Amino acid sequence: MLESSPTSLIHARGLTKRFGGFVAVDAIDFDVARGESFGFLGPNGAGKTSTMRMIGCVSPISDGLLRVMGMDPATHGPQIRANLGVVPQQDTLDVELTVRENLSIYGRYFGLSRAEVARRADELLEFAQLTERANDQVEPLSGGMKRRLTIARSLINEPTVLLLDEPTTGLDPQARHLLWDRLYRLKQRGVTLVLTTHYMDEAEQLCDRLVVMDKAKIVAEGSPRGLIAQYSTREVTELRFAPGIAETLDGQLEGIAQRVEHLPDRILLYADDGEAAAVAVHQRGLKPETVLVRRSSLEDVFLRLTGRSLIE
Amino acid sequence: MTSLARPVSTIGRVFEHRFLSYRRTFRASIFSSFLSPILFLTAMGIGLGSYVSDSAAIGGVPYLVFLAPGLLAASAMQSASFEATFPIMGGLVWGRIFHGMYATPITPRDIALGNLAWIAARLTLITTIFTIVIVLFGAAESPLIVLAIPAAILTGMAFAGPIAAFSATQKTPNKFATIFRFGITPLFLFSGTFFPISSLPAALQAFAWLTPLFHGVALTRGLSLGTITDEPVAAAVHVIYLTTLATVGAWLTIRNIRRRLVRG
Repeated sequence: MLESSPTSLIHARGLTKRFGGFVAVDAIDFDVARGESFGFLGPNGAGKTSTMRMIGCVSPISDGLLRVMGMDPATHGPQIRANLGVVPQQDTLDVELTVRENLSIYGRYFGLSRAEVARRADELLEFAQLTERANDQVEPLSGGMKRRLTIARSLINEPTVLLLDEPTTGLDPQARHLLWDRLYRLKQRGVTLVLTTHYMDEAEQLCDRLVVMDKAKIVAEGSPRGLIAQYSTREVTELRFAPGIAETLDGQLEGIAQRVEHLPDRILLYADDGEAAAVAVHQRGLKPETVLVRRSSLEDVFLRLTGRSLIE
Repeated sequence: MTSLARPVSTIGRVFEHRFLSYRRTFRASIFSSFLSPILFLTAMGIGLGSYVSDSAAIGGVPYLVFLAPGLLAASAMQSASFEATFPIMGGLVWGRIFHGMYATPITPRDIALGNLAWIAARLTLITTIFTIVIVLFGAAESPLIVLAIPAAILTGMAFAGPIAAFSATQKTPNKFATIFRFGITPLFLFSGTFFPISSLPAALQAFAWLTPLFHGVALTRGLSLGTITDEPVAAAVHVIYLTTLATVGAWLTIRNIRRRLVRG
């Protein structure tokens, strides 16, 4: 299981969050080491955001133990927050100010001098590829630009840990890839990233290690590759049948794959050799409309662990 | 890594944010701060006042002299009330700017007090300009008019505190119109600004005594006319009453903003 380490930047044992009678986070344990990229993967409502808000020292814990950079959020909230960068799910930019002003006033909240703030703002505008928009109002910026500005803003205090809550939700694919590239650069610089996501591709791209959350609990923990190796096969063969056919296949796919998963719109065959499974399906005289062989992903891990898809 | 030591003037950072937003409208704001008292004192003090013949009921002074300090207190109330509604609720709801601040070393207390300090600064500007206009109109009877500035600021804060506390609980601006329609406007008309409350029926006089604007007007008028020294006990009651409202309001604002930010 998890190792308790005094050197971990974030250390949680039995961490619990209750809202009245509702348990949002149910006694979870995890550690995040310095320089690591750590993810919480799970569907909406799994307790990811509640966990992030407790780590960010803006929501008091209901039970258990939480230490961030060795300090207790209950007594050292402002000191911890001084060393965190936070990218919330919903942007909190000041749309009445310019791009640059958003960065500079945020730096002032951390007590940085005006000269220091100006220097860092220039660098961060460059990093976020917003230099040309520096003196524009925030309101008309695209969603991707606002997100990049939020990330730039979260770096103004040169944080030890960067907390990202659903950083690319709602962005188009191009904007997401641009954002991932920026985050990847931060990771290479040694910034500790902690992120939540319900996108398996995001988790695979960015996380060294992750926990899978479902219904307020952690159901698995490991590296993206390790989790796939542990909970899924190497490949997956996806079959789509004409409407009404899938229900009549009772037992006909037995033995072709290690595991068969029936989803509302398709059937998944879990096998180490996906091509061989596809051939076997045809040899049995079955005629799916489409056949797709792909590598296993974290989506498959989630399906295996919970019996449900990540995005519903 | 930045220092772990808590920045000292965190309230000042919140104040700085409000100033940054305000800078854009600074000139227009100064202009209207002059224009508003000039228009009111000309129309009501000089124009309407020329029909007021019973000067005994208003202390034996011209109507302009009676009215001017009352308007000073009332305009502080109005500005403070406006500044305590939309910007407070907006910071929690519209742009969620306060949530952004709370992700830094800034605390809910800093956010509440920084915003109230900003309102006090705005009131300082508005009431100083108003007082200059009063003096230029020749409507001040005593050099104590200078102290009417802090008295008017205190009056404004007695409204700003409780109203900001209320605004911090709101998710939409719907109820603000009610505050202005059934709170601020009746107070503006019936708290002794335009006529002494002794002209009101006895029951309403007692009610007027409970309203903060009555105490504010009594203070500013006493200072402008120089009559305040005749009734030191009443003056102390006015100051204590207004200070209590402002303090309790500030405390509730901190509490309500904290509750709201912690909830998410």
